[in-house]
Amino acid sequence: MNRLSTLAIALSGLIATCSFAETQVSVKAAADYRLYTQDALYPKQVDKQFSMFIEPEIYHSWNDDLDSITFKPFYRWDNEDDERSHGDIRELMWLHVGDDWEIRTGIGSVFWGQTESAHLVDIINQTDAIEAVDGEDKLGQPMINLTLVRDWGNLDLFVLPGFRERTFAGENGRLRGPYIVDTDNVKYQSSDEEHHVDFAVRWSHSIDIWELGVSYFDGTSRDPNLSLNSNNRGDRVSLSAYYRQISQVGVDVLAVVDSWILKFEGITRHYDDDSLFVPQDYFAMTTGFEYTSVGVFDSVWDIGWLMEYQFDDRDSSFEAAGQNDVMLGSRLVVNDVNGTEVLFGMIQDLDHSNTRSAFVEASSRIDDNWKWRVDARIFSSNEPSNVLYNLRNDDNIEVSLEYYF
Amino acid sequence: MNKLHKLLTVSALGLSLIAGSVLAQTAQEKGLAIAKERKARDIGWGDSTAKAQMILRNAKGQETVRKMKIKSLEVADDGDKALTIFQQPRDVKGTAFLSFSHAVKSDEQWMYLPALKRVKRIASRNKSGPFMGSEFAFEDLSSFEIEKYTYKFLRDETINGELSYVVELDPVDKNSGYTRQIIWMDHSHYRAHKIEFYDRKNSLLKTLTFSDYKLYLDKYWRSHKQNMTNNQTKKSTDYLIEELAFNTGLNAKDFNKATLKRAR
Repeated sequence: MNRLSTLAIALSGLIATCSFAETQVSVKAAADYRLYTQDALYPKQVDKQFSMFIEPEIYHSWNDDLDSITFKPFYRWDNEDDERSHGDIRELMWLHVGDDWEIRTGIGSVFWGQTESAHLVDIINQTDAIEAVDGEDKLGQPMINLTLVRDWGNLDLFVLPGFRERTFAGENGRLRGPYIVDTDNVKYQSSDEEHHVDFAVRWSHSIDIWELGVSYFDGTSRDPNLSLNSNNRGDRVSLSAYYRQISQVGVDVLAVVDSWILKFEGITRHYDDDSLFVPQDYFAMTTGFEYTSVGVFDSVWDIGWLMEYQFDDRDSSFEAAGQNDVMLGSRLVVNDVNGTEVLFGMIQDLDHSNTRSAFVEASSRIDDNWKWRVDARIFSSNEPSNVLYNLRNDDNIEVSLEYYF
Repeated sequence: MNKLHKLLTVSALGLSLIAGSVLAQTAQEKGLAIAKERKARDIGWGDSTAKAQMILRNAKGQETVRKMKIKSLEVADDGDKALTIFQQPRDVKGTAFLSFSHAVKSDEQWMYLPALKRVKRIASRNKSGPFMGSEFAFEDLSSFEIEKYTYKFLRDETINGELSYVVELDPVDKNSGYTRQIIWMDHSHYRAHKIEFYDRKNSLLKTLTFSDYKLYLDKYWRSHKQNMTNNQTKKSTDYLIEELAFNTGLNAKDFNKATLKRAR
């Protein structure tokens, strides 16, 4: 009896606690069909790929929303590329909110920056490169992130224990070079290897028409150096990734001037001394604008015009895709019930007139739960030293059906 | 008798003097005075949270539902701050919109895109654009500030059984989608009952009607149902406010880019 009443009290306490708690569950899933319009350059590569992914999200908050946990696992299955069939914990994060500070502990994603055609400043998360060539899909990063929210701006401090390797296409996959990256053979400059603890800090602030950000990162580079491996007969067989130690300063600026949004991102990266590679410190930037005209053609359509210039002072256009390139783009927002949008873009290499890439991304809702998406990409280059040369036959169109709940 | 006659004459003279001073107030002055009184009666509400739905109807009557949460903060002598968190349609769930509206200078606006974890500053010149594909434009949802318009009192008219001022509002901002608005506001509480919006060609574009008024904190009237009908396309949107609460303890710290990123 006594035990029962204790249980009842405990239960009622739990229910009372729950009345201040909230749980939200949502799911995103999609089926994608991708068709390559040109013959593959390398043996074993396929001409079409079918894949599906699921990304549920469970959010639970308590303590009047001052504490919350978000769990977001991800799994993609691909019918051709074993490397592309992969899972990840995109997020498993405990957030605690204080009076003028917040602390996040767990696995998560962070985005830094302002430009559209390249994300130079964004460095916390590793790119899930096998997901999409735009580099906007990220792998979950273990972190402790303290945010101070002050009158002089927001200050984010990061401790990043643990490193995520970049994902690469497998043997059957397209959008890769002649040699596959051997993901079982990864090397690090640091003797701590993937357990090296990285640090980062970012100050960001909004002042009137300005958005400002200054960031510093010290740790393992998210961009690998790739080197060729030979077998015992001396044949080149695969690439292996090597992750160096770097420090990087990033600056990002945005200004709103009437219908114009002006954007700038710049980084300087310093490589620690290394026996395998010559340190090649570099500077890179992306800058440009977005101009939006609303209500065009006497309709409710908006048309945005984007132009960005990419610069990188490294000589090699293999490491630096945007060493002297211009992106031109246009975004059409139909402003209809279905949220229809079309984004068109082209990146032209100013050093090699035959090197360029272009894309179209269109999407629209079908109903409250379903959405269609069509992405088409074209790659062109006759310059073997350019990274796009490897992708020159990988033009593709992808049709996706997305489900949201 | 003579005394009484004198008194009446003096009274009549006095009354005509008073009437004369009222007549001397121009339509512009009277319109501005009404707008000032409307604003004065709405000062001091502090902060609020609400759940809201928009029901979008096309010309055939097919319906689509939007759901959102809205947190608002009154800012003295400037426009208000608002955080809108979208819940439906599901593909934009978690998308959040932060706006600092201003009386004179351009509003500041940010959008949080949860898929990319990205906060994007957006150009607020899109004020004439539709909000979430509805018949409401961004500017229709921003806070009422005296400096945003010039005013002209037109007439008194009874609407919904309430004697009302009919006032023309001309937007000061050249980026407004309207040449003018005509508002019907009751004498008793300065509550809006109807607004007509005229497009850049000065033809009637939309009609907004307000209903289900409720009184909060013994002072502030809030409409819980607003219907915006596009007179040109016959599309309409019902904006339904549910679970409206005041004095919820929000302050300026709840309206910044950090809170935008974790808004739920």
